[in-house]
Amino acid sequence: MYSTVPDRYFDEMVAPDGSVRPAYRQIADWLRSQTRKDLRQTAANAEGIFRRLGITFAVYGSDQSNERLIPFDIIPRILSAAEWRRLERGIEQRVRALNAFLHDIYHRQEIIRAGRVPEKLIVLNSAFCPEMLGHDPARGVYTHIIGIDLVRVSENEFYVLEDNLRTPSGVSYMIEDREAMLRLVPELFARYRVAPVESYPEHLRRTLQSVAPPGCKGDPTIVVLTPGIYNSAFFEHSFLADEMGIELCQGDDLFVDDGFVYMRTTQKPKRVDVVYRRIDDDFLDPLTFRRDSTLGVPGLFSAYRAGNVTIVNAPGTGIADDKAVYTYVPQIIEFYTGEKPLLSNVPTYNCANEEERAYVLDHLEELVVKEVHGSGGYGMLVGPTSTKKERTEFARRIKARPHNYIVQPTLALSTCPTFVESGIAPRHVDLRPFVLVGDQIRITPGGLTRVALKNGSLVVNSSQGGGTKDTWILED
Amino acid sequence: MLGRTASSLYWICRYVERAENMARLFDVGHRMSLGPGQDGRHREHWDSTLQAAAMAEAFHRRHERAQPPQVRDFMLFDEANPSSVRNCLLAARSNARAVRTAITTEMWESINGTWLEFAAIRPSRVTYNDLPALLEWIKRNAAQFRGAMLNTILRDDGYAFCQLGTFNERADNTARILDVKYYVLLPRSDLVGSELDNDQWSMILRAASAHRSYRHVYRDRYRPWNIADFLILREEMPRSLAHCYAWMTRTLADLESFYGARYGCHDIGDSIYERLSRSDMDAIFQSGLHEFLTEFIAANNALGQAIAESYNFY
Repeated sequence: MYSTVPDRYFDEMVAPDGSVRPAYRQIADWLRSQTRKDLRQTAANAEGIFRRLGITFAVYGSDQSNERLIPFDIIPRILSAAEWRRLERGIEQRVRALNAFLHDIYHRQEIIRAGRVPEKLIVLNSAFCPEMLGHDPARGVYTHIIGIDLVRVSENEFYVLEDNLRTPSGVSYMIEDREAMLRLVPELFARYRVAPVESYPEHLRRTLQSVAPPGCKGDPTIVVLTPGIYNSAFFEHSFLADEMGIELCQGDDLFVDDGFVYMRTTQKPKRVDVVYRRIDDDFLDPLTFRRDSTLGVPGLFSAYRAGNVTIVNAPGTGIADDKAVYTYVPQIIEFYTGEKPLLSNVPTYNCANEEERAYVLDHLEELVVKEVHGSGGYGMLVGPTSTKKERTEFARRIKARPHNYIVQPTLALSTCPTFVESGIAPRHVDLRPFVLVGDQIRITPGGLTRVALKNGSLVVNSSQGGGTKDTWILED
Repeated sequence: MLGRTASSLYWICRYVERAENMARLFDVGHRMSLGPGQDGRHREHWDSTLQAAAMAEAFHRRHERAQPPQVRDFMLFDEANPSSVRNCLLAARSNARAVRTAITTEMWESINGTWLEFAAIRPSRVTYNDLPALLEWIKRNAAQFRGAMLNTILRDDGYAFCQLGTFNERADNTARILDVKYYVLLPRSDLVGSELDNDQWSMILRAASAHRSYRHVYRDRYRPWNIADFLILREEMPRSLAHCYAWMTRTLADLESFYGARYGCHDIGDSIYERLSRSDMDAIFQSGLHEFLTEFIAANNALGQAIAESYNFY
């Protein structure tokens, strides 16, 4: 009843010879025991759970009151303990190197002096934050909360699609997807040993505590700073604050007095030591960044520079996950760790190079074009599914501003069985594990598996109709 | 606790209370319109219903005469009327969403579920016969939210702000219901009221969910004196002004000891409660029921503002 496309894509459950991979055997048995009606009922129950809990996201550009659920697929995505260990090592190496890179870029810029990364690429980059030069954040950590997007193309080949070092979202789905699965199919958890993900908020709290300013005595006061209820990820902000038992603040709940940050309470103002902000750099402080921002806190950045508060993640981390800088990450890893990268980048064409650009323009039909500063799947061309008109348009844009685009081969993203209208069918997936960097590096065994629900689609972003799956890391 | 959080808790409970009051007021108007009588008398019922809901002026800016379908849409569904049941539920739910971390899962699921179900109703599909069930549903869901709050919330400052919102709103509502009909409660020479009076009295009691409990307390037919006494001075009546103020002063005292600080709102609350405790119906009728109620509504309002100032609502 489940047929894959064995010649073209790696299927997570079924090997090319038609046998079920060991990690999926119990799932395959379970799927065989379920009628389509059973599965439909389970899927409906899942939707009920999510809606009641208020897990919704707003879609940019649509009516603000329009809250949608990210579709959830009831068939889990599974990785064996051995597969996960390999990923874990690669991720840890990568986030160490990226934090070292950020420290260097905002201090002596050795990597530029060594000629490994072009100076222009950094200092002329809009994600570079000169205000951060010479600042020493607590414990030297710049990016504390990280989501690394991975795709799998074969048994042993994973690629890093992008690093999310600014304010990555999706971790609440990792946790709530698991909650939902525990309620929906407890029998499956009895058959497997699945590593729990529920300790993430506790690890996040410990990470945030560990980076309080050195001058902070006693238990630091930590807050989550949200743009408010109309933000697409508001549920997550609220969820994390609740799970950690800390205040969820909006910009106007905080103020700066004499170099310190305080929150407005029903009583006297309360000093704040660590701000886990879910607001972009630009909007953080109208006195330093965008003046028209009403979401931020005036004076926050100077309190930060004075070392009186820690902003998590630090401003200016975008310079390390910029799509143009991404192509240098393998060199960055080698430069700071002296090791070969354990996880590979997707091979990327540089359009500024005339030869490579000519190749790109000739082969747009097979390639994926991404805007350097785009995110969320907007401003993207997926060659194989594009129209002639779209390709002509992107060719024009690439010629006009070659630096503004990166181009990659269309990756044969692995597929995972997914319950859709027509039954159980293979759909493409990626994986975003979440990493915390503070007094130590903590990687939650799991992550967010995003799934492209449309047949043949390779775009997994929720804003483009993608869904999520619970991700199971098996214990030995 | 953030001042904004305190403010949201207060308003969540105020709006849920208001939604319930709107449903009850509309229910009474609806019920009266089912009784025998001429068109003129029915219109009068609807007018006083709108007045008790404090939305007569806004209604008449849009509609010339109070006809049942227009009143129904205005009180229950209208997006332009800030106190329509729809907008009360939406405001309660938006506030709840903003302070999701300060309320319990049970409270959130209750108000979120209520809003989602209400939002799915198509007003044009609600028939005359659907109305009683819809009004029951609104009252039941408000009660369920309050039950969830009382059963699950920590007894700390957050609980105090919830209670203050509820009773501030309820006191306002009861005072308005009385004030709209104060003239039918005035003592007159004829000792026995007409059928018409009886209808009016019954409407007042029903609007405060008090027509059954009245019998338990007074064991007598409806008498205007008793009705006013019941809704103003009787602390055991959960919608009476005295009951609301007993709760509010107690709650304000809790906040005083919780924070170790006393503010303007404490003095205002105490003085209103003291006045209610010292009054009897003789004195109130003598100095004028309408004047008493007008003053009360203003003082109750001033208390709301003082609470907002004292605890940094914004």
